[in-house]
Amino acid sequence: MLDILWARLQQKHRTIEFPDGPPPALSDRYQGRPAVFAEKCDPACSLCEQVCPTGAVLRNPLGIDLGKCLFCGACAPLCPSRAIIFSNDYRVAESSRENLVVAAPERPAGQIVAAGAKRLFAKSLKLRQVSAGGCNACEADTNVLGTVGWDLGRFGIQFVASPRHADGLLITGPVSENMRLALLKTYRAVPEPKVVILVGSCAISGGPFIDHEEVHNGAGGLLPVDLHIPGCPPSPLAILDGLLRLTGRIS
Amino acid sequence: MSVATSNIFSMSNGQAADIANVTGMSLGDFRSSIIEAVKQGLRISALFGQPIEEGRLRLWAVLSHDARSVVHLLHADLDGDRYDSITPDCPQAHWFEREIFEQWKVKPCGHPWLKPIRFHAPYGQASQGRAEPLPEIGVTDFFGIEGCEVHEVAVGPVHAGIIEPGHFRFQCHGENVFHLEISLGYQHRGVERKLAGGPDRRTIHYMETLSGDTSVGHSLAYSELTEALSATSTPAKAQVLRGVALELERIANHTGDLGALAGDVGYLPTLSYCGRIRGDVLNMSALICGNRFGRGLVRPGGIGFDIDGDRRDELLRRLDLLEKDLSVAVGLLWNSSSVMARFEGTGTILRRDCLAMGLVGPAARACGVEQDIRRDMPHSIFQLYQIPVSTCPTGDVFARGYVRWLEIQRSVAFLREQLRGLPGGAAQLSPRPLQPGRIAVSLVEGWRGEICHVALTDSQGKFARYKVVDPSFHNWFALAYALRGQQISDFPLCNKSFNLSYCGHDL
Repeated sequence: MLDILWARLQQKHRTIEFPDGPPPALSDRYQGRPAVFAEKCDPACSLCEQVCPTGAVLRNPLGIDLGKCLFCGACAPLCPSRAIIFSNDYRVAESSRENLVVAAPERPAGQIVAAGAKRLFAKSLKLRQVSAGGCNACEADTNVLGTVGWDLGRFGIQFVASPRHADGLLITGPVSENMRLALLKTYRAVPEPKVVILVGSCAISGGPFIDHEEVHNGAGGLLPVDLHIPGCPPSPLAILDGLLRLTGRIS
Repeated sequence: MSVATSNIFSMSNGQAADIANVTGMSLGDFRSSIIEAVKQGLRISALFGQPIEEGRLRLWAVLSHDARSVVHLLHADLDGDRYDSITPDCPQAHWFEREIFEQWKVKPCGHPWLKPIRFHAPYGQASQGRAEPLPEIGVTDFFGIEGCEVHEVAVGPVHAGIIEPGHFRFQCHGENVFHLEISLGYQHRGVERKLAGGPDRRTIHYMETLSGDTSVGHSLAYSELTEALSATSTPAKAQVLRGVALELERIANHTGDLGALAGDVGYLPTLSYCGRIRGDVLNMSALICGNRFGRGLVRPGGIGFDIDGDRRDELLRRLDLLEKDLSVAVGLLWNSSSVMARFEGTGTILRRDCLAMGLVGPAARACGVEQDIRRDMPHSIFQLYQIPVSTCPTGDVFARGYVRWLEIQRSVAFLREQLRGLPGGAAQLSPRPLQPGRIAVSLVEGWRGEICHVALTDSQGKFARYKVVDPSFHNWFALAYALRGQQISDFPLCNKSFNLSYCGHDL
């Protein structure tokens, strides 16, 4: 018994202060939201496009579709005019699919997430997670939000065992054909009104598996989507940021 | 040397050879060679089909001879669409033969349990004009038990937690489980089919997402394989940092598993602490390459991110904190009688059965089997630094947990020594193109066990066939087996003690 208490003291209080305090420090090598300088782009050059594994780089004008981007950063160092620079900005979540296309150096104001649109769930949001072909990285970094370090429960957000107890789905993976029916059944089991959150480039576009005949290029073609959180995987901070914006806790 | 393997082509882990030099034989000899070799203690690391001319199929086998640190390669060509199954005489072939049946519609006659493992269209059949309808996921003739008071419990594919999908069928008598059948395939993304014709710009990303929690393990197996096929050497610094990344991945996952095991017996302190500490380990990987899962780090020819002295010192500082926090958090487990009462004697697998099933990784070492690729088939940095093999004889949930704890401690010691002695020099060389007509095998001890990649190149130096065997492929059946005679309420605990990959299996 005493050793349990001693361990409790030794492990200390570890919950992050965010969003009331600063966000936890990310690695200085973390590749977040890219800054795109379209005017610097040489239309005759296509190095970025050639190296991109998922077709996330758009050209003329230059843009990056975060919904497809794996944030591998392969394009940025190849650009002779440095028109693409990956920043440390973890704020990548968007409500609309179109807004995931980044074509400017700065994040456009007021386009992050339709903050407050889902205020119904501001104080209590119960989610059912469905992995539909996910590789377990998005799943793991969603799961980590439940640990004492992040303590998702303090925002009233919780992952529940049954879709019938849930206010929405958090979906990962490119939606394999073999999970399509189970996903749709789970969606139907969630009572109205409900939200759909896609976590990871797979769930948004198919990610590395885009256009495989075994997958459906994400859930967007199958279900109405309220929030996209791109990344491969998005960091827990990016996921938390998205969830808090969706529920109007931060703007 | 045994009769069975003395005439069979052999090479070391991470080497390449001309396909023409590899032993071809009749199907009968192929079959008896595998059976005899496994009787003598060799393991089937891979057994797969490769389409050759005129729609015929060639069967390949990779047999690992741990005691001699060699892999044997053998192949035989099929004339029709059937052959005599190896499984009745060699149980560890059973899952491989089901895979061959599903991928190529070639029937291993006499296989006792022949049904789909992933539920996909056979390879080589285009989406249009299929001869037969697609298999329906989860629809198969499940093993059933009938009788008074016997009932069936079906779980999944969508589970209660944040976890990948799979379907589990229990045949129960009250609380007691007579039999569990596990039906997978829900995560099938068609990766292996797409790897043929590569490498291309997507290949490394397939490797990093084959099983996302094993991004380093699979990308390392792939990189060493392509380096063998292209005769590219890896700089010393890259070899060390790859080893560092592999062991960080092991520590992170083992830590998470120990926490989850605690959670499944309702012991919350260790669950809470390990959940947080696991994140700290992932952040150490992120310190090196920006990604918590080590994505972007391992690349053919070296590593994508170099580290300097400051970053090295920061890693060492965090390693000290990690070791201290972890030993307190995990130590609680072994000193809590309520935890130990639930761990001990639950989900036991006998050493004899472990060997028959061909288990790998901590699941095998927890049955007292001394088997670890890092020692038995040393490659790269593990040729210079031998990590002791961690075993436990009891084969139960406790053993699978305790082996993880031993491995964490030995990985921490490895990290400390490697980081302190970090060599200088280049971290990345340009990989050369792959040589045509070659075959290579790459084995890596991932945190779940043996990762096996096999590639054959065509006349253009592209992959004619790329085979991935995730450790989960060997071990899923063991989870089903461990449940026999257990209470169904112990399933979560047994499941977590294996913690197998769904997508790594489904590919």
